[in-house]
Amino acid sequence: MTTGKTFTFALMDPPFETARSTTALRLIDATLRRGHHVNVFAYEGAVYLPFALQQAHANAAHGRSAEEEDHPLPRRWIADLMAAAAAAGVKLDWVNCGLCVDERGARESIEGVRRGGPPDFVSFIEASDNTLVVPTRD
Amino acid sequence: MLIASRDPFTAKDTESFYALAAKLAARGHPVTLFLVQNGVLPARGGAAAELLTGLAESGVRVLAEDFSLRERGIGADRLARGVESAPLERVVDALAGGARTLWT
Amino acid sequence: MSKRILNIVTCAYRATLEEQDDPILWLTHSMRAAKAPVDVLLLSNAVCYLVRDQDASGLTLGGWSQSHPPRLVDDAAALADGGASVFYNAADARTRGIDPADVVDAAIPIETEALPELLSRYDLILNW
Repeated sequence: MTTGKTFTFALMDPPFETARSTTALRLIDATLRRGHHVNVFAYEGAVYLPFALQQAHANAAHGRSAEEEDHPLPRRWIADLMAAAAAAGVKLDWVNCGLCVDERGARESIEGVRRGGPPDFVSFIEASDNTLVVPTRD
Repeated sequence: MLIASRDPFTAKDTESFYALAAKLAARGHPVTLFLVQNGVLPARGGAAAELLTGLAESGVRVLAEDFSLRERGIGADRLARGVESAPLERVVDALAGGARTLWT
Repeated sequence: MSKRILNIVTCAYRATLEEQDDPILWLTHSMRAAKAPVDVLLLSNAVCYLVRDQDASGLTLGGWSQSHPPRLVDDAAALADGGASVFYNAADARTRGIDPADVVDAAIPIETEALPELLSRYDLILNW
């Protein structure tokens, strides 16, 4: 059941580089579970979070095959969140900043991610009950 | 709500963030400092823990994310005085309540 | 003769949930598997890796549940069990409220004043 509220998150960090991207996705998950709609503006390195070519691998240091390792892939997390949102009747609208995509060559995203830009971020803000930026840091 | 994902041992501006929380509280705003990721490290003890206790005593609600605490082996019995363990959902609640929310 | 190498780890918990490892502890293990005589020095927040009773299990996102959460204490201890020296800065631990009793037995505390002598024992120091 939806609350009717909408929240926007702006993300900046790429996958596999900081704990912030994992925490941000956990927060988005928690927001969706509460029945809220979510918009995501993925900016800078965050456009790589839904990159379709992420691939799991084995872990020889722990003696695990690729299947056993079940390595986290943010693209799978995001696809899962989109599916969970749809099943719950709430919206997860993910926009990758197009210029950030172009400069990084990150054009291949999972299905459901759309290309946009700062005007989309502004539209999100105006349509949201609240907005949180998860910034990048040194 | 002010979300601190970094610790004062390695990120110099963390203490400035704590100071902002204190100043907002001093002006009568209801303020929560939410510690997450390495932001929970000072809650374990040591001199930095006193910064958090001081904030709590000055009226800032200081919460430390439960998963981040457990991930770092910081037990509930070891939390600095004035710091409470809380789930990440508290951030969602703050957003839903209309709180201005800053993350550093 | 192989170069004696010291890997210095300073950052902690940077992407360990996503990687299910600390990248430098993992790399150290792999370097040792390739027969390089590598030891580890943990500084700053990385000293936290040696604290017992860390539990990163239970992470879920959507329908996904993590099957292999990072076990950083075990990984550090395993390096020591495999013959590596795992040093840590005792002052950095004290600053962070870490009691020596909290730290795994295999780790070797080093005071700040002793760091220069420690570094001088190695042919190559990799400061990650």
